[in-house]
Amino acid sequence: MSHGNYSYTPTNALTKWLDARLPIVRFVDEHLMQFPTPKNLNYWYTFGGILAFMLVVQIISGVVLAMHYVPHETLAFDSVERIMRDVNYGWLLRYVHANGASMFFIAVYLHIFRAYYYGSYKAPREVLWILGIIIYLLMMATGFLGYTLPWGQMSFWGATVITNFFSAIPFVGESITQWLWGSFAVDNSTLQRFFSLHYLLPFVIAGVVVLHIWALHVPGNNNPLGIDVKGPADTVAFHPYYTTKDGFALVVFVLFFSLFVFFMPNMLGHTDNYVPANRLVTPAHIVPEWYYLPLYAVLRSVPDKLAGVLLMFGAIFVWALLPWLDTSKVRSNKFRPIYRQFYWILMAVILILGYLGAQTADDSNVVIPWTGVELPIGKLLLSQICTVYYFLHFFLITPAIGLWETPDPLPESISKAVLAKKSGSSAPAAAA
Amino acid sequence: MTLAHTVDNANVTRRDFLYVASAGMAAVGGALALWPFIDQMNPAADTLALKEVEFDLTPLVPGQIVTIEWQKKPVFVRRRTPEEIKAAEDTPLADLKDPQTDQSRVQKPEWLILVATCTHLGCVPSKEIKGDYGGWLCPCHGSHYDTSGRIRKGPAPKNLAVPPYEFLSDTKVLIGAEPKPAAHNAAEHG
Repeated sequence: MSHGNYSYTPTNALTKWLDARLPIVRFVDEHLMQFPTPKNLNYWYTFGGILAFMLVVQIISGVVLAMHYVPHETLAFDSVERIMRDVNYGWLLRYVHANGASMFFIAVYLHIFRAYYYGSYKAPREVLWILGIIIYLLMMATGFLGYTLPWGQMSFWGATVITNFFSAIPFVGESITQWLWGSFAVDNSTLQRFFSLHYLLPFVIAGVVVLHIWALHVPGNNNPLGIDVKGPADTVAFHPYYTTKDGFALVVFVLFFSLFVFFMPNMLGHTDNYVPANRLVTPAHIVPEWYYLPLYAVLRSVPDKLAGVLLMFGAIFVWALLPWLDTSKVRSNKFRPIYRQFYWILMAVILILGYLGAQTADDSNVVIPWTGVELPIGKLLLSQICTVYYFLHFFLITPAIGLWETPDPLPESISKAVLAKKSGSSAPAAAA
Repeated sequence: MTLAHTVDNANVTRRDFLYVASAGMAAVGGALALWPFIDQMNPAADTLALKEVEFDLTPLVPGQIVTIEWQKKPVFVRRRTPEEIKAAEDTPLADLKDPQTDQSRVQKPEWLILVATCTHLGCVPSKEIKGDYGGWLCPCHGSHYDTSGRIRKGPAPKNLAVPPYEFLSDTKVLIGAEPKPAAHNAAEHG
């Protein structure tokens, strides 16, 4: 598919001259304009473009914030308050950057779960998938480092808890944490190195994104049917078809983003982070940012330090094994009537873990959000059940169903399926 | 070009030796050049300089806990009540995850001095919420400590650490004091 019938012909003397020396226009034409793309991509496929946009937003707003922020334990908190109160449009830049991180994670979760639903991790896209997981890990690291910088209570104690994960390593754990801190606890030295790395990692992400797109453009896009492109009838050019579709989705996404930036800028944050860091008192209820909550619940479900930390990291790394754990030859869950059900069960389990991760560490009973109804099950026990299920899903359910399930018949081609859907649904569409 | 190749093959040349020697030298040099970049992350000399903190015990009433700072870490000083001492001393070692007698953790039973860093993931256990064993409850992940600061329930693997300290008088304690020369006494710090 990458060898589609694109053709670029330089039209004037300048482009001819450039094409013979640096064929950059040809490259853009091949990969961003004429790139043959399955004609049936739905709106779940627009998050890749949205993510690229968010990376740019975070880098630009971050570079500008760094012009005003001071990475020092005595000045960091005040410099952030100065950005909020005195720097021209500082409040906007900071709210864009802080909420931008959340938007970035919303988009990346939808992007990942879309790839999972349509089987985009399967051959020949395993490397593309693993590069995506590396980007996700880098995003987690960048988000965590950035959250430390305002040097509020949540910053300080979040940094303490996360760096202490490494103290679970037998024998050398304590040396490693002191090496990470540059002190006997989270300290000014920690803040300064975290700032340096927080500035660096987005550019590493950008580098891996280039590899990710390269790996995408070798086999080309998967699609909601999960079947291979069989010919030119199955594809359309990326531009204008998907630049337009991605562009429209981006506008809608930016509206959603703006809702947070302008109307509820602190909703996704935590009030305790407006209290300056105090190394003598841990807030009564510390929680990570929302995007880490399911993993945090996995960590807390195990009453053993090392096992908890290993399971939490395992909960991410298991995604890298997915291409080999899934034994089914059929990519898209559209044609997997049984596995599809388990997909949604897993999504529900991840949401429940996320809810549990936000709760206090005592072992009271689970209360259903918004209703106040108390369930006859402890929070700890429910986290344990969900954690066990999470791993069973990958190591037992996924391989077993792939072997045992009878998939629905696959369409002959993308083109035929699209046309059949159009003719089949035209009558009710007209009536509506 | 592999080592096996150079050993077995009759065509070993001096050039092969040069390749291996150069590559080996580059690897060693690379590792040596890398070390300063790794070691700069470790605590610097000023951080390492062992600091001592002197603390006046007079204001504490029985049952009171205060948190003070030592080496950038919080330290609990707790004046224990007779009941708390008795509870700590009467606990059978078999009930403990990290078995230590209370006597081995205090110099004077009335004064319990501990590094206030939860051995799970480093939070400061709560002074207000004392947990199921009357000591401390860590708010982050629910570890319960007893009145000797020993882990009794929850994910923390170890007891709260006892820092090095010495009593300068009945009412003064010097925290961070490693085994000290006799001349280095209270007068110098008073």
